[in-house]
Amino acid sequence: MAKVRGAVVVEKEGCKGCSLCVEACPQEVLALHKEVNSRGYHYSYMKNPEACIGCSNCGAVCPDTCITVYRVKF
Amino acid sequence: MKNMDIKDIIKPENLVYDKSELQIDTIMHYCPGCSHGVVHKLIAEIIEELGIQEDTIGVSPVGCAVFAYNYIDIDWQQAAHGRAPAVATGIARTNPDKIVFTYQGDGDLASIGAGEILHACNRGENIVVIFINNAIYGMTGGQMAPTTLIGQPTSTSPLGRDVALNGYPMKMTEIIATLPGTCYVTRQSVHTAATVRKCKKAIKKAFQNVMAKKGTSFVEVVSTCNSGWKMTPVGANTWMEENMFAEYVPGDLKDNDIQKPAIGN
Repeated sequence: MAKVRGAVVVEKEGCKGCSLCVEACPQEVLALHKEVNSRGYHYSYMKNPEACIGCSNCGAVCPDTCITVYRVKF
Repeated sequence: MKNMDIKDIIKPENLVYDKSELQIDTIMHYCPGCSHGVVHKLIAEIIEELGIQEDTIGVSPVGCAVFAYNYIDIDWQQAAHGRAPAVATGIARTNPDKIVFTYQGDGDLASIGAGEILHACNRGENIVVIFINNAIYGMTGGQMAPTTLIGQPTSTSPLGRDVALNGYPMKMTEIIATLPGTCYVTRQSVHTAATVRKCKKAIKKAFQNVMAKKGTSFVEVVSTCNSGWKMTPVGANTWMEENMFAEYVPGDLKDNDIQKPAIGN
């Protein structure tokens, strides 16, 4: 069982749907939403939130800095 | 604990990664997946970590990064095309206590500004130069730049760069590493989380060198221009790894620890 849980908050309006965070995620947590934001981009969201380990790889590669990462250790 | 609610994780005490306070809360004009955004973010984080917001002056170029002053909350000066190192020289010499950096693309630094950068580095001006190399002129429509790879199609070389006609890709970082005025010359990239963190260390070291008045620190960031290259952001990263790194090999080219003689007024 995982000893670390993480969560990612994507600022929906800031996301441009480049999907670099989706590629960078080692746990396949993130995906692009089928809906679009007000600027017409498919924004990134946590498709599989249970798997997130809060490694912040998504935040590091995000060119638009719209990702905030949280992590708890047990 | 596996069934822990997301709301219990998203709390200020659990925060591990957030936007730097120096990044102005606005949406950047860059295309989706552009490397400029990542490098801007790293610069903001480093200036915040070093606590030099009040003392840093950036010189923005002509090119996509012309609006860099809209995104990082420090003092900026916008220079004419290619002239950022000359403007930075003036700022650094008249304000020796300030930390001055230029932020330039390859069309700016390697082409029209080739003279300025070579002489600024040769004089060993106490500045940081951040060189974004995406192998084309991004802003004006993806034309061929001096750094374009052999055979790489661009809007002005649709059949690929021809050596007989256009010469060879210009390796500015290798040229600059030979100049004795430079103390730290490195080539980085920002296409994966690991390389982003490595690049951050390199840019931080460059800023620390300027704080220690060691001379010019030059950081090339091999970047993508997915709209200019006509690729997806992820596809551009893969193409860059497969093609750009063969010509522009990442790593440190020079890391001197020699203090530059101070200018006597």
